[in-house]
Amino acid sequence: MRRALTRIAHEIAERNETSAEVVLVGIQRGGVFLARRLAAMLASIWNHPVPVGELDVSMHRDDLDQQASNIKMLPTVIPFDITGKTVILVDDVLFSGRTTRAALDALNDFGRPQRVQLAVLVDRGHRELPIKADFVGKNFPTAPRERINVHFEEEGGGDEVALEKA
Amino acid sequence: MVWSRRHLLDIESLSAEEILTVLDTARAFKAVGERAIKKVPALRGKTVVNLFIEPSTRTRISFELAAQRLTADVINFSAEASSLKKGETLKDTARNLQALNADIIVIRHSASGAPHFLARFLEASVINAGDGAHEHPTQALLDAFTIREKKGRIDGLNVTILGDILYSRVARSNIWAMTKLGARVTLCGPSTLVPRVFEQMGCRVTYDVNEAIADADIINLLRIQHERQRKTMFPSLGEYTSLFGLTQARLARTKPEALIMHPGPINRGVEIDSEIADSKRSLIIDQVTNGLAVRMAVLFLINGGQGPQGVAV
Repeated sequence: MRRALTRIAHEIAERNETSAEVVLVGIQRGGVFLARRLAAMLASIWNHPVPVGELDVSMHRDDLDQQASNIKMLPTVIPFDITGKTVILVDDVLFSGRTTRAALDALNDFGRPQRVQLAVLVDRGHRELPIKADFVGKNFPTAPRERINVHFEEEGGGDEVALEKA
Repeated sequence: MVWSRRHLLDIESLSAEEILTVLDTARAFKAVGERAIKKVPALRGKTVVNLFIEPSTRTRISFELAAQRLTADVINFSAEASSLKKGETLKDTARNLQALNADIIVIRHSASGAPHFLARFLEASVINAGDGAHEHPTQALLDAFTIREKKGRIDGLNVTILGDILYSRVARSNIWAMTKLGARVTLCGPSTLVPRVFEQMGCRVTYDVNEAIADADIINLLRIQHERQRKTMFPSLGEYTSLFGLTQARLARTKPEALIMHPGPINRGVEIDSEIADSKRSLIIDQVTNGLAVRMAVLFLINGGQGPQGVAV
């Protein structure tokens, strides 16, 4: 995981020359851990701190009434103005693309970024919307009914990407 | 936890975990109210009907704004302007609203159990916004939210509810919520309005106001409900104030960190001194702000547990 993140950090630095315009927004919950780690790596590449926000997209999902809600809503904290910035959305797993769509909608409520880029640790395919990640840690082909669980040191235990068979 | 309820009818049937889920969800919605854009699309395309058969301003406005901030469409329906005045039954009124594809019906009614009655035959979700002297669940949830926000916890706190307990749905819902969450509840007021039978709900009952508030962390004052009292339960409002009103003198003998709550509308100079209502120790205005967040959370959760055709999935 560390290797993949280091590579993503360098790709972000390469793609974005005006580093002062870049802010990271992690999608709760895994994306927040990843965004914090990426921010630390980018800070050492650029020699200045990189702001990190946290976004919970539950209120913006389009499938709320199609599943029994297993809701643990987490804080949305974006303590800086995103208008005119390059926002890098960070998520752990890219699957249907619906979370990303909800995150794009939610970002609109906070301002109008100059551009938005998407960084994900794992792209497992099966997109249901025309969404593509700019930075991918690892492409991981899966069957639709399988589950990918990502665990982080920050939650206790170690870093791990686990595939759960259907 | 998985939230699976389609209706919010009372606090009595909720678990402590369910109550805490509402409070946690409300915290996220409170933050929405503090943004420049105070609206999220969670209930886009849903229709919420405020069916208020008994007059109410603050609760109705709070539910209306909560629904609007979730992007639902809202219809307000009051008894005065409806066919109930022409002799239509509650059941027929509700069926008519359902025929218009209402998704959530928020009902306030003078009869205890009216929301439960609707929930038995309606496909739509039902939220109790106060039924007679029975329950007012969202008031108890917003009170619990406010206490947790200010005190950091509810477990182990001393909560005193002072005033008209007998006719108060706020009191009943609060007793359920506070005892489920681990608070010690004391009830106080005129003996005609605070019968000993409330001890069966796990409360302490006392008729000595100074003793009731001495160890309290929270003092929740209730209005004397003239409209609900069928006979005179105490000689005069003046006597009520002198025996049970929260005055500066009485407040001076409480713990300095004790906080004052009131569901409103307040009667200044009757159950509460005007200066106390406006003081730093009063949470009355916080309660209004938090009520909105809690009602957004309830609408959001109730809607989420529901399938596209109104069937729990």
